[in-house]
Amino acid sequence: MIETKGLSKTFKGGVEAVTGVDITVEAGQIVGFLGPNGAGKTTTMRMLTTLLAPTSGTATVAGRDLLTDPAGVRRRIGYVSQAGGVNLAAPAAGDLELQAMLHGLSREEARGRVAEVLARLELAGMEHLPGGALSGGQRRRFDLAFGLLHRPPLLFLDEPTTGLDPQSRTHLWDHIRALRADHGMTVFLTTHYLDEADALCDRLLIIDGGRIVAEGSPAELKTGGRTLDDVFLDITGRSLREEVPA
Amino acid sequence: MIGSAARDTWLLFRHDLAVTLQQKVGVVFGAIQPLVFLVLFGPLFARIGTWETLVPGLIVQLGLMSTGMAGFGVVFERRFGVLERLRVTPASRLALLLGRVLNNVVTLVVQTVLLVAVGYAFGLRAPAAGLLAGLALVVVLGASLASLSYAVALTIDENLFAPVMSTIVMPLVLLSGSFLPMSMAPAWLDALSRLSPFRYVLEALRDLFAGHYATVTVGLGVAVTAVLAVVSVTVGTRVFSRENA
Repeated sequence: MIETKGLSKTFKGGVEAVTGVDITVEAGQIVGFLGPNGAGKTTTMRMLTTLLAPTSGTATVAGRDLLTDPAGVRRRIGYVSQAGGVNLAAPAAGDLELQAMLHGLSREEARGRVAEVLARLELAGMEHLPGGALSGGQRRRFDLAFGLLHRPPLLFLDEPTTGLDPQSRTHLWDHIRALRADHGMTVFLTTHYLDEADALCDRLLIIDGGRIVAEGSPAELKTGGRTLDDVFLDITGRSLREEVPA
Repeated sequence: MIGSAARDTWLLFRHDLAVTLQQKVGVVFGAIQPLVFLVLFGPLFARIGTWETLVPGLIVQLGLMSTGMAGFGVVFERRFGVLERLRVTPASRLALLLGRVLNNVVTLVVQTVLLVAVGYAFGLRAPAAGLLAGLALVVVLGASLASLSYAVALTIDENLFAPVMSTIVMPLVLLSGSFLPMSMAPAWLDALSRLSPFRYVLEALRDLFAGHYATVTVGLGVAVTAVLAVVSVTVGTRVFSRENA
């Protein structure tokens, strides 16, 4: 579902954010992408979602070439950014319909799909409330709804549960698991929460200094009775717990 | 490809227009704003000039101070992640710009029609052909101003948009000759105002409102407006395509 070879990004001024990253993600997997702040997680995610052009390397995302067919990639991926995507000043109903139609659905199809996704995420009826009137957990589920309207085979989630209370986080995990179970959806997510990575992900990729420094299943990484935090500390020299945003 | 971009533009325009109309207080204030100058400044100006000189000036002022600030909307869209969400759809980057721009153009045209209608009540007398040609010029001017405003909003720090734009817009209004024709200005100010494209747009509008169509002033104004539109839309589309927009 994702195959990158030597993917790199150097910003103006010569700052190498990502250096020669090779990633392979199989269809139907939930893959966690971990790393300290500034390690290259968001830059990699933005390249894979066509928001940033790689400086070098090649990538196939959801069966489309990232460099030659970015529009094709956009048709087949869903993306939920850290910033969200819900307009706090307006109800989400019109935005959801627009989002679906920009993916090529007719108005009738879009309305049906919006109703289906809202029911799935237990948001039916809330689409008429302004974004600012929603709780953090509800808003995050709306963010997720935007990414699901066109039934993408691959979903990117950038810090999907940051700032949520434990109950809302667990609730969101259940939805993510259900997406994979019901639709075989592949999920590629970044997170600062190691318990989330442990509970939710089939495989983990750890990036540091712009390079992939470790990968494997949570069980493979936690050898010798270590916790994921121990593993992360050994590999990066930093504890991810210290970097959890407020 | 073109059909898809046109569809996306239409979808985004319709959505933005619906959002604009939902903001009822904003619609009312947007309608009142251009009339304030006409009612409170017009009678004063009419003692030294004509309504056919003043109303085109107020239209250009309105375009600069209202449509020129259109980028405010996209500042908030970027902050809330709305823009990024739209940029990961297959919608063309041109459509992401033009959908918004069309909404701003429609708003400007409605405000202009209102201004002209009330201007008629005060004494404006412009031929229908001149008004229609002037309105066509306003459409192109609005598209240019909105595109430039979005380009600025997505290029500079979001906190700087308001101070930067208000600092840029006011001199442009004054140099365009919105309040008094620049022919009355001292030589240095007259020369300086010739650097602003909006002077040429305004002088063409004044000629059209006066019923003078085949003049060098109109030709120059139309040419400057067209070039401004091409440059602005090109720059705006590039900024919407840029990776850090």
